[in-house]
Amino acid sequence: MTSNSSAPLHEPSAPAAIIVQDLHVHRGGMPVLDGLSLAVPSGLIVGLLGPSGSGKTTLMRSIVGVQLVKSGTIEVLGRPAGSAELRRRVGYVTQQASVYDDLTVRQNLVYFRRVLGAPASDVARVIERTDLGSVERRLVGTLSGGQRSRVSLATALLGSPELLVLDEPTVGLDPVLRVELWNMFRTLAADGTTLLVSSHVMDEAKRCDRLLLMRDGALLADDTVHGVLEVTGTDDVETAFLRLIERGEPDLRPRDADEEASR
Amino acid sequence: MTFTRTFATAGRVLGQIRHDHRTVALLLVVPSLLIGLVAWIFVDTDVFTDIGPAMIALFPFIVMFLVTSISTLRERRSGTLERLLSMPMGKGDLILGYALAFGLLAVFQTAIAVSFAVWVCGLEIEGSIWLLFAVAVADALLGTALGLLASAFARTEFQVVQFMPLLVFPQILLGGIFIPREQLPAALEAISEWLPLSFAIDALQAVAADSESPEWIATKLLVIGAWIVGSIVLGSITLRRRTP
Repeated sequence: MTSNSSAPLHEPSAPAAIIVQDLHVHRGGMPVLDGLSLAVPSGLIVGLLGPSGSGKTTLMRSIVGVQLVKSGTIEVLGRPAGSAELRRRVGYVTQQASVYDDLTVRQNLVYFRRVLGAPASDVARVIERTDLGSVERRLVGTLSGGQRSRVSLATALLGSPELLVLDEPTVGLDPVLRVELWNMFRTLAADGTTLLVSSHVMDEAKRCDRLLLMRDGALLADDTVHGVLEVTGTDDVETAFLRLIERGEPDLRPRDADEEASR
Repeated sequence: MTFTRTFATAGRVLGQIRHDHRTVALLLVVPSLLIGLVAWIFVDTDVFTDIGPAMIALFPFIVMFLVTSISTLRERRSGTLERLLSMPMGKGDLILGYALAFGLLAVFQTAIAVSFAVWVCGLEIEGSIWLLFAVAVADALLGTALGLLASAFARTEFQVVQFMPLLVFPQILLGGIFIPREQLPAALEAISEWLPLSFAIDALQAVAADSESPEWIATKLLVIGAWIVGSIVLGSITLRRRTP
């Protein structure tokens, strides 16, 4: 497995996994997303980056259908976001580890597997994949933060969803684990899974196929990593982010246009 | 709605509690201890004969209300509720799973409380001990069901704790423990006739004194059952997949 980060150009352009159109979301009486439109292509790792408060979590909650939306449409895997059918096709990992502290790792996974109706063999598979074998009989509450978030991630892998929505999955992980996790994301994407991964660590951007840079509920960029760096004339995403703010004009090159350009 | 998910949820809730030995112990013995305290307070009088049955209605009801509402609220706060609702989990499955798990605990708790009141505290029961047990279990289930309903409405721990004085205390005050319900002002008496805890207290007192027919008690049980079902249904309707 390599940590090659650019999208394979020969890949046939599959229909977008997520299409968001003119999305308006208010939280606490204030607009968080104000007319956001974007598309997430299938089979890629798309990084959703932006500072805390930029609307990343709200967007992700809207995509998995747990956020009250004011107006706009979201289509996920060809269905309206939140449809009953999508509930087993989309895996969602919230920012804080959403698992039961007073159950063991295995008990957590067994329960969520039953809820999903996934095959029984899935429990062993996701434990192995997230390297939790050594702690599977321990109560989640006694694990480290990094281990807990891996239990949360393992839960999302149950039933092999076609789309994974991961809200800051690498927060607080040590660098070795972080690399392992990104390698796993790469394997999943190679198997055809679409991953939407949020982060506020600009460093992680380079591991994604495409980037969605967000600030104050709007897009600063929708482009490949290479494209963003090229447009801003820098070699570091943090600087690119700042330059895009200075420029006052977003770098929007959705997948199709980008492919045209590269031909 | 699928029963696999209901039973999986009930098993999971019981599994969580099983890991917390202190909670299990508290849950099972606290109502009995409180009944024992009341019996002790009135040991030199015959008041306990009158209010003993009401105590069997009261303490399991309150304990189950609190335990149920707090544990479902924890589900909300930990983010697992959001996760479950983004999965193919029916709202009814979830609420019913909780009701089953706590219902089972309520049966054990009530068995201990009734046995303690009758055989340790010497509460005299003229009627059938089984009927007494049946009414007491229904009453504890009522506490669970109202707790589920309260936590479906509450958004924070503070709200849940406020729901207890709101939903539970008036039922205690108007339930005929302080003065018989027929001596209440007319308006309050009318209200008390609709409160589910009044039915439970009436039924338990009737069994203790063997003053009414089993059919009369069965109708009271039926009303309590209707309240339980109604609260569970309302609780699952109130639960929202999408939140602000």
